[in-house]
Amino acid sequence: MIINHPLLGPRDAAEFTYLGDASLINRPDGMAENALPAFIDYGYLRDNVAGNHRELWFHEQGDRSWLVVTRHTLTHEIVKVELAADVARKEGRSK
Amino acid sequence: MRFSGLKVISEALRGHKGWEATWRDATPKSHYDYIIIGGGGHGLATAYYLARRYGKANIAVVEKGWLGGGNVGRNTTIIRSNYMLDGNEPFYELSLKLWEGLEQDLNYNAMVSQRGILNLFHTDAQRDASIRRGNAMLLNGADADLLTTEQIKNRYPFLNTEDARFPIKGGLAQHRGGTVRHDAVAWGYARSASRLGVDIIQNCEVTGLDIKNNKCVGVTTTRGPIKGGKVACCVAGSSSRVMAMAGIRLPIESHVLQAFVSEGLKPLIPGVITFGAGHFYCSQSDKGGLVFGGDIDGYNSYAQRGNLPIVEDVCEGGMAILPNLGRLRLLRMWGGIMDMSMDGSPIIDKTPIENLYFNGGWCYGGFKATPASGLCYAHLLATGNPHETATAYRFDRFERGLMIDEKGQGNQPNLH
Repeated sequence: MIINHPLLGPRDAAEFTYLGDASLINRPDGMAENALPAFIDYGYLRDNVAGNHRELWFHEQGDRSWLVVTRHTLTHEIVKVELAADVARKEGRSK
Repeated sequence: MRFSGLKVISEALRGHKGWEATWRDATPKSHYDYIIIGGGGHGLATAYYLARRYGKANIAVVEKGWLGGGNVGRNTTIIRSNYMLDGNEPFYELSLKLWEGLEQDLNYNAMVSQRGILNLFHTDAQRDASIRRGNAMLLNGADADLLTTEQIKNRYPFLNTEDARFPIKGGLAQHRGGTVRHDAVAWGYARSASRLGVDIIQNCEVTGLDIKNNKCVGVTTTRGPIKGGKVACCVAGSSSRVMAMAGIRLPIESHVLQAFVSEGLKPLIPGVITFGAGHFYCSQSDKGGLVFGGDIDGYNSYAQRGNLPIVEDVCEGGMAILPNLGRLRLLRMWGGIMDMSMDGSPIIDKTPIENLYFNGGWCYGGFKATPASGLCYAHLLATGNPHETATAYRFDRFERGLMIDEKGQGNQPNLH
């Protein structure tokens, strides 16, 4: 698979390591009332879709940036690549 | 169908035109007491033990494709019970014992071959870990044998024991481990279940679960709706897709695992050998091909095919211990979809929805578990309680902090 890095261009997927579902960006608030069920959900439960899947890849052997890759899990076709920092900022996670 | 020596001889004289189908290709009835979704090894074994051991009737196995077309026909056929943790080892040892009696139980040749499995180690720390694992196996009634480098050299003279980077310091052997003809497992269970009255319905995809007031009352399929007493999901690889029909999210990611078969060779490798410093394992099939594999590709996939970096990784691991593989040509390679769970261990449990049951999360260890998985799932379906060897395989173990994490990797499915 080739991941089209937003800064570096097309890179071999072997340069990356894989973390999982991009919803992991949305870490729950540990001080909230419902923190326990929210963290069980966050830590252990996944949608695991057969189709377009938004997922976190780390460019370990490159610029060490985190990417949000949208990839089809039935064909492995990559349809979108974003910097995870941009995605997180858009969702109000990072300052 | 029944086999006999007389039948073999008479059929040989008649051009083998009189053989009947091994199991009945049933058409769905409107109601069953037990509907098992998924006609893989585990689903068929569940139906068989439900009928045979627990005396239940009116059972259907509903399969989307054809029998033997899923993971039961796509694995590397290894059986073993060399686990360490309490939640796992008694279960896998039960499974190995069931394998040992399977052919007599089914009266069917599944080519169970206890040719042994050897896990190599390459460092002193790995030796300590192997001794610990071996002792855990012995405590649970399994067999384990620590082999020295000299013993390994005598039995496997072709292994590269002197490698500068990964010298072989010894190995943990389980002589009762081995291989089984995987297709014959599906066929054998299907034949025996069918003879006990189980309806095996192929080419019948479940498209929905009929849930009323938090109770599962049946399934809708491509061949019409079927009402059911108890509905049992048994579709490892696609568990998340089926359980999504009930609105249930699972502690599972689907990943692709590749396997490889070489051209046929004269007998070379006795038993199964695994590399301890990378991920590579190898055995030789009765047809002569070397059957080998390694790690999962590492990203969510339902594609049933993998990519080349893992091919390279597996071949590097193979060359490190078996340099004589270098000029071997590959005959076939393929990928299968695994339910990779959050702790690397399976789930056999009730669900929050009444009369809906779940069996999955087998990671890449489902084949060896087939008999015990079927027996324990049948026990749960028939009695409502988990089998004594499967009490740890519960959904709530994650929130209760009772993970069964053999590798100690935490909630990262692609590392198990």
